[in-house]
Amino acid sequence: MDLSYGQEYEDFRNEVRAFLDANWPPKESATDGKSLGDIANEFREKAVDHGYLLRNIPKKYGGCEQSPDSMKAAVITEEFRKVHAPQSFGGIGPMMLVPTLLERGEEWQKEKFVAKSVRGEYQWCQGYSEPGSGSDLASLKTRADLVGDEWVINGQKIWTTTAREADFMFCLCRTEPDAPKHGGISYLLIPMDQPGIEVRPLKQMTGGADFNEVFLTDAKTPKDWIVGKRGEGWLVSRTTLKHERNGIGGAGRNDVMLAGLVSLATNAVRNGKPAIEDAEVRRQLVFIEGYMKSHEYSSFYQLTRDVNGKEPGRLGLMNKIVGTNISHHVARFALDLLGDGGLLDPSADDRSLGRVPGEARQWVTQYMYSLGIAVAGGTANIQRNVVGERGLGLPRDTFANADRSAKQ
Amino acid sequence: MNFDLSEEQELLQETVKQLLANELPATHLREIFEGDTGHDPALWKGLVEMGIAGLIVPEEYGGADLELLDLAVCAEALGWGGAPGPFFGHSVACIALELAGSEAQKKSWLPRLATGDAVGTFAFGEAGGLWNPSEWTLVGGDTLTGVKLNVPTASLADLLVVGVAGGGLVLVERSASGISVEDMQGVDRSRRIDSVTFENTPCEAMPGDLAAANRVRDAALILLAADAFAAASKLVDMCVEYAKTREQFGVTIGHFQGLKHQLANMAIDIEPSRALYWYAAHAFDHIPEESERSAALAKSHISDRAMEIGRDSVEAHGGIGFTWECDVQLWFKRAMFDRAFLGTPSLHRDRIAQMSDW
Repeated sequence: MDLSYGQEYEDFRNEVRAFLDANWPPKESATDGKSLGDIANEFREKAVDHGYLLRNIPKKYGGCEQSPDSMKAAVITEEFRKVHAPQSFGGIGPMMLVPTLLERGEEWQKEKFVAKSVRGEYQWCQGYSEPGSGSDLASLKTRADLVGDEWVINGQKIWTTTAREADFMFCLCRTEPDAPKHGGISYLLIPMDQPGIEVRPLKQMTGGADFNEVFLTDAKTPKDWIVGKRGEGWLVSRTTLKHERNGIGGAGRNDVMLAGLVSLATNAVRNGKPAIEDAEVRRQLVFIEGYMKSHEYSSFYQLTRDVNGKEPGRLGLMNKIVGTNISHHVARFALDLLGDGGLLDPSADDRSLGRVPGEARQWVTQYMYSLGIAVAGGTANIQRNVVGERGLGLPRDTFANADRSAKQ
Repeated sequence: MNFDLSEEQELLQETVKQLLANELPATHLREIFEGDTGHDPALWKGLVEMGIAGLIVPEEYGGADLELLDLAVCAEALGWGGAPGPFFGHSVACIALELAGSEAQKKSWLPRLATGDAVGTFAFGEAGGLWNPSEWTLVGGDTLTGVKLNVPTASLADLLVVGVAGGGLVLVERSASGISVEDMQGVDRSRRIDSVTFENTPCEAMPGDLAAANRVRDAALILLAADAFAAASKLVDMCVEYAKTREQFGVTIGHFQGLKHQLANMAIDIEPSRALYWYAAHAFDHIPEESERSAALAKSHISDRAMEIGRDSVEAHGGIGFTWECDVQLWFKRAMFDRAFLGTPSLHRDRIAQMSDW
């Protein structure tokens, strides 16, 4: 074992640091009269030119096309984070649609969408879940019929993050009503700005509205805005879900969350003394740290396996639920430390999941959100099925089996 | 960055597992477990021939000079197979000699320990749950008079490393005068614990100080963590096998989501913690500033997880899981040993909190 990155990567780290020293934060003379967004974007372009951002995007689609190197990627993320430099645009387009298009899309689709999506010029939302189709996603009913040169789409999508801001939706629709369940679905790209689409904010328990319902009534999209062939949408969507699961379980925020808990315990009072001096509180912090460190070191292991082209074993199926379990431990203990603060409603400014919580009302939001992330991207119970069936080799669920046998 | 076992380490682990699969079928393990001594000399001999006894003994004393991580991955393999006998006490005694012994003491004992010609153990525990070197009260000197408790496999040992007041360590030969060893009837019948009473027993002080004794304790904590990881993993495996074969309502019970989710939760709880004991073992040799804290974290976290998984395993098996006849109890009791030995998780969490910057 060797936990250092080794000379090659330390040299690379110095290179990245030198780049950041020269370019972030930018000199004041270079930022006169520019918006923060423009300043960040100018920096991003330089970082792409140097091979630090959009590494896995081919040059012709606006990336810098570096050979995959998880260690370099980790070094870049670490160094950029240290100086709070802008990283690649996140969000559902770059994280989920773009990898799917690169793997499955037509050439013209990549040319049209990738460069603008990874630069945040095109915003996307995901049309997967429906009111009656959650964990059993493949039972979805939203229907697309080919009429002339257009798909005509009717149905309803739900839990649609960023639907209000999005320019396009990538959407699963039933196009082959006579085909078996999984084989009747297609993966369509749909412009959001049209009369056939109505977006209604969906208020969540924090009082904020990070999700939406999307009603499609004779919504239209061109015939060739389909990724993969007709009826292949289910397979295409698997590419995308895999990316979402990888994104959610990361161990990166653990350190800051633990520091947030320590800060909360320092300010909270127990038995007339700072809670941080209470033996039970101290034990609980260590208890949570045991889970966090296990997760963090397991990510070192998975990174090593990845670099060496080896599978991580059943651990690789657990990242999401391990991460959300930790979030739950953190939030539950925070609520305990808050005491009376747990009676308070999330503050009006903090009803969404954002930075590490500070005051009581932000922790209340955090608590509620820890429930939300356990559901998003495949509920915890579905994750348990995955671990049980694919990880432990337990028999597949009888009912789901009956459905899938038709597909496979 | 390379956080994975080397090919040599994987091979070592696989070889130990294979030996146990051949030499220690469940029926034989049970005979030893239920027997008078909790020991199978032939099995120990087989392990010694593989080099287990001198794995981390320096080369100049006839050992293989490997690191604590190598020893810990062996501990995992042995725990998985449910290996009975002196491995744990013997390994810690070797580490103590290396870290705290004089040149003469090393020369005198390590070559014999490395070849298995002599067996060692360590006597740290005292009444009142006093495990930590700074808490020891037994007075050292030229002779010892007093009692040590929870000494692993003392009846099999030729040499005892005994902790004394002030955090010092002394060597006592099992054949010395005034020693009586009594089986404490420990819960884990595969790793017996004894009380050892000294009365004017001659002993020989080791030059190592409190810091050395603390290092020895940390090594022992990591070996316990590795064993607890193995016990928990083995229990998960046994439950999965049972779920695949036991039928109710006309299907194997693994079909039922209630059980499937319980088993998934058990695996999710234990699987990531392998990296925690790896890290602690690696830190022991390579990251001195994190060594003490990592060892305590691995022991407290993993042994706690293992006990919970033990509970779940009984539940997952139904009535049979509560019986003496079912093998769940063998690994459940291993987990009990690993959790309580050298102090329960809360004791170590208190220590970790003390070592933290908050």
